[in-house]
Amino acid sequence: MAIVRIKINGVMQQHDVEDRTLLIHYIRENSRLTGAHIGCDTSNCGACTVLLNGSAVKSCTVLAVQVQDEEVTTVEGLSGDFNGLSPVQEGFRQQHGLQCGYCTPGMVMASTALLRENPKPTEDDIRHALEGNICRCTGYEMIVNSVRWAAENGGGK
Amino acid sequence: MIPALFTHVPVTTIKEASDALNHYGDDAKLLAGGHSLIPLMKLRLATPGYLIDIARINDLRGIREDKDKLVVGALTTHEQIENSPLIRKYAPIIGAAAKLVGDPQVRNRGTIGGSVAHGDAASDLSVALFGANASFVATGPNGKRVISAVDFFLGFWTTALNQDDVLTEIHIPYAPSTNWSYQKFTIRSQDWAVVSVAVSGSNIILGAMGEIPLRAEKCEQAIASGADFEQAASFADEGTSPSSDIRASADYRRHLAKVLVFDALTEAKKRS
Amino acid sequence: MSLVGAKVLRKEDPALLTGHGKFVDDFSPPNSCFGQFVMSDQAHAKIISIDVSEALKMPGVLGVWTAADFISFPNLPGGMPDFERPVLAHDRVRWAGEPIAIVVAENRYQAADAVPTVIVEYETLDAVSSVAQATAPGAPLLFDAHRSNVLTKVPMLDDLEKHFVKSFSRASLRIVNQRCAVVPIETVGCLADWTLDGLTIWATTQAPHHLRNKLASWLDTPQNLCRVVAPDVGGGFGAKIVWYPEFFVAPLLSKWLRRPVKFMQTRSESMVQMTHGRDQVHDIEVGFEKNGKINALRMVISQNLGAYGDPTGLGLATLTGWMAAGCYKIAHVSTGFRTVVTNTTPVAAYRGAGRPEATFSIERIIDLVALKTNVDPVKVRQINFIQPNEFPYETHNEAVIYDSGDFPQALDECLRLLDYDAVKAEQAKNLADKNAPLIGIGFSCWLEIAGFGPNGSLEGFGHLASWESAQIRIAPDGSATIFIGSSPHGQGHETFVAQIASDELGIPFERISVIHGDTATVIQGVGTMGSRGVPTVGSAVKVASERLMVRAKKIAAHLLEAAEQDIEVKDNAFNVRGTPGKKVSWSDVGLTSFQPLRLPPELQAGTLEERLFHESPNFSYPSGAYACVVEVNRKTGKVKIQKMIVVDDCGTVINPLLAEGQVHGGVAQGIAQALYEQVCYDPSTGQPITANLIDYLIPSAPDLPNYIAGRITTLCPNNPLGAKGIGESGAVGSPPAVVNAVVNALSSFGVEHIDMPVTPEKVWHAMNGRK
Repeated sequence: MAIVRIKINGVMQQHDVEDRTLLIHYIRENSRLTGAHIGCDTSNCGACTVLLNGSAVKSCTVLAVQVQDEEVTTVEGLSGDFNGLSPVQEGFRQQHGLQCGYCTPGMVMASTALLRENPKPTEDDIRHALEGNICRCTGYEMIVNSVRWAAENGGGK
Repeated sequence: MIPALFTHVPVTTIKEASDALNHYGDDAKLLAGGHSLIPLMKLRLATPGYLIDIARINDLRGIREDKDKLVVGALTTHEQIENSPLIRKYAPIIGAAAKLVGDPQVRNRGTIGGSVAHGDAASDLSVALFGANASFVATGPNGKRVISAVDFFLGFWTTALNQDDVLTEIHIPYAPSTNWSYQKFTIRSQDWAVVSVAVSGSNIILGAMGEIPLRAEKCEQAIASGADFEQAASFADEGTSPSSDIRASADYRRHLAKVLVFDALTEAKKRS
Repeated sequence: MSLVGAKVLRKEDPALLTGHGKFVDDFSPPNSCFGQFVMSDQAHAKIISIDVSEALKMPGVLGVWTAADFISFPNLPGGMPDFERPVLAHDRVRWAGEPIAIVVAENRYQAADAVPTVIVEYETLDAVSSVAQATAPGAPLLFDAHRSNVLTKVPMLDDLEKHFVKSFSRASLRIVNQRCAVVPIETVGCLADWTLDGLTIWATTQAPHHLRNKLASWLDTPQNLCRVVAPDVGGGFGAKIVWYPEFFVAPLLSKWLRRPVKFMQTRSESMVQMTHGRDQVHDIEVGFEKNGKINALRMVISQNLGAYGDPTGLGLATLTGWMAAGCYKIAHVSTGFRTVVTNTTPVAAYRGAGRPEATFSIERIIDLVALKTNVDPVKVRQINFIQPNEFPYETHNEAVIYDSGDFPQALDECLRLLDYDAVKAEQAKNLADKNAPLIGIGFSCWLEIAGFGPNGSLEGFGHLASWESAQIRIAPDGSATIFIGSSPHGQGHETFVAQIASDELGIPFERISVIHGDTATVIQGVGTMGSRGVPTVGSAVKVASERLMVRAKKIAAHLLEAAEQDIEVKDNAFNVRGTPGKKVSWSDVGLTSFQPLRLPPELQAGTLEERLFHESPNFSYPSGAYACVVEVNRKTGKVKIQKMIVVDDCGTVINPLLAEGQVHGGVAQGIAQALYEQVCYDPSTGQPITANLIDYLIPSAPDLPNYIAGRITTLCPNNPLGAKGIGESGAVGSPPAVVNAVVNALSSFGVEHIDMPVTPEKVWHAMNGRK
């Protein structure tokens, strides 16, 4: 067991967990933030994507003990000027970039990370930035449009 | 899927890491980014009792120039390599290969050391590093050893690293910014290499054509003796032993090796 | 302004975008514990013994249960006699992944630790994973009592040989429609909490009432004490219509342990436990004239059912046979089928369920006829089309009467978007240039059966009925809450239902809430499947709204002292036609509806509530014309989609955004089947070899194209909206367009057919004249 402190969405969390606890379970079960989801066992689907110190990572492939005292942002931690939604979140709403919504938090976080590094991505940039995230509902085009909308509406700031 | 129980052993110096490996023996594994190891542990294909976490050994980070070579710390992430001006200048093939590893999330977290130490014959970085005549610095209880790429990859998921070795640095001799190519054939955009080829100078290295990255000796000899690219590429599968799996049969891999060697030679020439 | 037809943004999105969606695994009531199955690692074996003693000693383990503990409960409902699925395997396992025992522990980590410590001793039996293996002489039997692995067999009534003899020529083809894994990104799971107040189970289901009905009966518990909740559901695509053993055992475990019990499949478990789709083999023969006109078509379908006869899986081959002739007028059609059990994961509905298989075959056959007659594939389609003036069109099966459509117009629109001549010119140019990729053009003119369905249609799959329900309640402030029986998993029901209701009721979209997926609040429901959402529940909402408005106008007329027929509703208020300014707001009417002293005498308090069970007189038949342009790498065989054109006819569109989303998603799954995905088994052992997302190849964003979407509209005459449904269209229509394009690209190699998935290696073999 280990006492693991992680700042999640600006709030310092501290939980006594087994060494093997995956970051996704620390976030979902210990910190009770259920936005990030689990969709596979093999780091393929990206539903668990969160920002770790600002970079997108798959929280199912990170141990909580590995990120002691580091900073995590989940989809619950995003906010912005669109009725409280960030430009990326609003972009997904405007462009119908989600259907069932299960892969969506991971898509939103991966897109947020992309726009921070590359505020004006091409379609190709967007598709490759999201290649670690699987969506089974949308066929991806509307997700691409969502990220483009976000880029045009302040998402890269 | 959940890893089996283990004890996390964080260390902050190479010596501590080496001592810990020595102390826990075969039951210990090094943990860097974890992007090769944690998936195996989740599937319980690996069940180490102790994870020696080296991620906070600062000496293992960063890329620096050293006379005629680049020294890359083993904890350097794929993303850092992909975006490094030094890599771009002195070892562009390594940057090109790093960019094709996994997906952005994996590249943000996975490390060059972890990728190489895993000993996978389809590893983009292993194939490219072999092509670039890289060598690998292992630090063990008796000090440092520098292992050339030829001697480093021994067999399926097996390298020359001893149980108590820490892979600390990768040395990449300055390579020309011309005359190189890294080719990777995948079924999907983001996928394991079905076959990959690194051409760097006179080196032609094949990925996923056997248990380890392989030198395409016949192709190299053919080029050296003046054969054209098509002729040379036709030898690409000689001495290889590719497997058949869900992505491709051995036959198709043999064919792809020829196609990719030709494409790599052509692209490399275009750069020069 | 009418909301029906407008691009209205979804009500569902803000919660889902901020992490406030509530999926089954997001519920963690205090004191809950976690169950996990011990799965068979053998494809076919007798169970000799199960040793749970070590598992019981593992930390956190609350208990281990085997089939013996459920002996007083029946098999899972809905199977065929002799082929029923037990809730846990007892004497025999029939596929690798079949649940054998249950471990419940304090949490999922401890359950995962304990599961491998359950020791199962097997006597391995020979396994069969394909129809060919299962029907070979001397094949091992899955069900000894039945003496055959063939579960049902419906032979062709007439082989039509006399019509083939009379044809100019004939051709035959064996087509394999490969097994696919459904892979919604949320797997299957449930959380059961059985207290003294009764049972509540949150489950990943497309049909909560259907599950409630079966579950209550299985548990021998009255339905009032058995509440099923489908919260947010992370995709279903057909695989969440049926039930899974955890839905049945979790309530009992909760009752026995007096704690909430959760099950949630890992992906690795889900790849072998969630039902698969497709897996049909078709033997087809076609008789045709010199100009490409088809006279006769016969088709024998072999359906691999997997290890047990799943209630939806059993119907797939029937639907395929019904739709065998597609949108073509073929004078003589005959079909037959057999369904066969094998040592594989059970097969059930997957987006399209039987119709993608039919469409793929007829569209491949059309191209084969084009190849054999040297007539352009477009011409062959045009010459064989059912014409727009021929509806309702009676097909070879009396159950199937096509409602409406305009196949020539859809194809014309598709050709216009494609610029066929320009692409053909590019194709010829590339063919001559050895360094350029080969170009192929493929078409798919498709039609499917949807809007399930008329009375009797879903009953055949074990459902209570085939209607769908809607219930509208006006609150005292004039806002509305609508309860619908069809519970969605991404389709956007909350949005389209509010659009339809807003138009009818004149209540603003924002003042309408839509409730679904809870048997405690929704009166009755059937479910979301078979492209039935808009045609059934949409129609129910429209008609219920109309009926409610009669009484609402009565109240308004009473308050305004005007004649009922002069009342019209606009901008959240009731106005008197021809008397500007004379009006009463919806909130006044809503309030009045609860105040007997102000109501007209013939109405009673609470009158503004309406419920309706919409019954459909017929299925609906969405159709369309798709075209695909591919580039084939001559050296590697790798296929790249250059253009994907999709022209749909789903009748009335309620929300173009949602309709387009459905088409995109379906087309993506269709392309995935055409180029990437296949569930594979080791033919010698029956072991699955694509049991995770490393080896089961789902495409991601760079692998799929943009979709050039067009639309024509012919109204469905059988429901008040004129809507046909759109959920499955893309998955039905797209696979043959892609494969036809690849075969077309390879025509210079004499290639006539390639089975899906069209992998680079298969294309390379085809280019080199190898199978």
